[in-house]
Amino acid sequence: MTTAMPVLEATAPPHTPVQRHKVPAGRIGAHIFLAIATVLWITPIVWAIYTSLRPYNETSKYGYLSFPRHLTFSNFTTAWTQADMIHYFWNSVMITVPAVIIALLFASCVAFVLARFNFWFNIPLLIIFTAANLLPQQVIITPLYRIYLTIHVPHAISSNGLLYDSYAGLVVINTAFQVGFCVFVLSNYMKSIPHEISEAALIDGAPVWTRYWKLTLPLCRPALAALATLLTTWIYNDFFWAIALISTGNKRPITSALANLQGQFFVNQNLLAAGALITAVPTLLVYVILQKQFIAGLSLGSSKG
Amino acid sequence: MSRRDVVVLSLMIGIPLLGVLFFIWFPAVATVILSFTKWNGIGGVSQIHAEGVQNYVQAATNYPPFWPAVRHNVLWLVVFLVLATPLGMLFAVVLDRNIKGSRIYQSLLFLPVMLSLALIGIIWELIYSPNFGLLNNVIGRSGQHNLIDWLGNPNLNLWAVLVEACWRQAPYVMVLYLAGLKAVDPTLREAALVDGASAWQTFWRVVFPVLRPINVVILVITVIESLRAFDLVYITNGGNNGLELLSVLITRNIVGQVSRIGFGSALGVVLLVISLVPIVTFLVMQLRQEKRT
Repeated sequence: MTTAMPVLEATAPPHTPVQRHKVPAGRIGAHIFLAIATVLWITPIVWAIYTSLRPYNETSKYGYLSFPRHLTFSNFTTAWTQADMIHYFWNSVMITVPAVIIALLFASCVAFVLARFNFWFNIPLLIIFTAANLLPQQVIITPLYRIYLTIHVPHAISSNGLLYDSYAGLVVINTAFQVGFCVFVLSNYMKSIPHEISEAALIDGAPVWTRYWKLTLPLCRPALAALATLLTTWIYNDFFWAIALISTGNKRPITSALANLQGQFFVNQNLLAAGALITAVPTLLVYVILQKQFIAGLSLGSSKG
Repeated sequence: MSRRDVVVLSLMIGIPLLGVLFFIWFPAVATVILSFTKWNGIGGVSQIHAEGVQNYVQAATNYPPFWPAVRHNVLWLVVFLVLATPLGMLFAVVLDRNIKGSRIYQSLLFLPVMLSLALIGIIWELIYSPNFGLLNNVIGRSGQHNLIDWLGNPNLNLWAVLVEACWRQAPYVMVLYLAGLKAVDPTLREAALVDGASAWQTFWRVVFPVLRPINVVILVITVIESLRAFDLVYITNGGNNGLELLSVLITRNIVGQVSRIGFGSALGVVLLVISLVPIVTFLVMQLRQEKRT
């Protein structure tokens, strides 16, 4: 959660495969090593999927480690309705979407100033933002918890009038916590964009906002897309902030609601597996999209270079 | 620059800066101040009393979970440093050889990084469960007389959870390192190979030194991630009975009936002081690079 070398690299020109003189034995060794590692690595996930697909009465009769007689999706539909999962998904959307948009907007503003102007405060500013993202969350949680109980916000934003126990509160802290990381990545990215384009606009007397919004941001689309993907995953996967700053069970986003799911389906591992796996679907979809964007970014870079 | 530009620029920096200062840095400083006071959170700020280092003394001498938590955090860091990180680097180096199917291996190995730690905790419960879990069933220890309670036994559970943590951390390091390896100038390697260096020598003498910046980044991430560890132990058993961590103790002292703000803050400061080491390391390295460019 600190530095995204993959993001930076996504925009670097692709490296051409080197012709290396390899001994076949090394290749076979590499294959065996990777095959064993991969099988070990995906075993827990495959096992969870397998468990989730089997009827409860079958596993209780034959045990979990047994050949399947029937495979069914009914655990998924049961978990979905019994745990009211759509509700918690909606909570996650209400928190993740605004947080990602605001974090990227704020971070791109700061990064633009850092990359395009030479103010005396550039370095301190970069430190303030970057270091904020490196702190362990628990370092600030004690005062933050009191601040959240003290700050009053309009009831339109939070039904209890406080930042504590509200979507708005989680949006605020997720944004504040992630913005530093985005500033770091985006300012590096903007520095790598040739000055010519925005300088030309400067001569024409374009105002700062136009240079930022109309000229710089469109050029940052690949970095913004990659960051949006990372942030969506991280904020969606957040557990700590929601556990500490939301007290009403049904206001929790889905990742922290997993704790309730665990209690609810304690006696039925098949349902627990199904319910837990449902929560992974959005991040896995994001992962597929992320990979596509990486490849697109790479080929774009190579066609220009 | 026009007046309007100055206003726009101030807003572009000012609003995000105020947010980060107020919601991150103000609490960080407040943690340090509050750690020298006593306050139960009732009766407003006027009820805060200065107490000197009392909270620290109490944590070290009269708070049983404190030292186990410190030990567990240290063990977490050590396991990340000697197991998860080298394993991730090894994955990256082998994948970087571009053998057939590298992409598939890489995509599958990377899967755990996409999952939330809370979900990882639940997935592994299906492995570790005493009666129904895959592990005990495979090794034949699922009978009532010879059960192994991986997550319940306080001598075992930290190791069991560390396996889960490494399962996610190793591929995370792998991807970061792979990006670094791809950026290494291929001619460097070619030259070394032409000069008759073995693959092993080429990596340690040529590639590894070039990767110094990414090595520091990975070291920083390793330390910070092991200090942040929370979700896995919390979802497993709430961070009790062999799974105490500093992060859990801090949370426990502010969330719940008893609010011991000064004491919780003192624990937070312990975490802050340790985390400053990797943070400062990282910033110094970044600023040096900044100056060079």
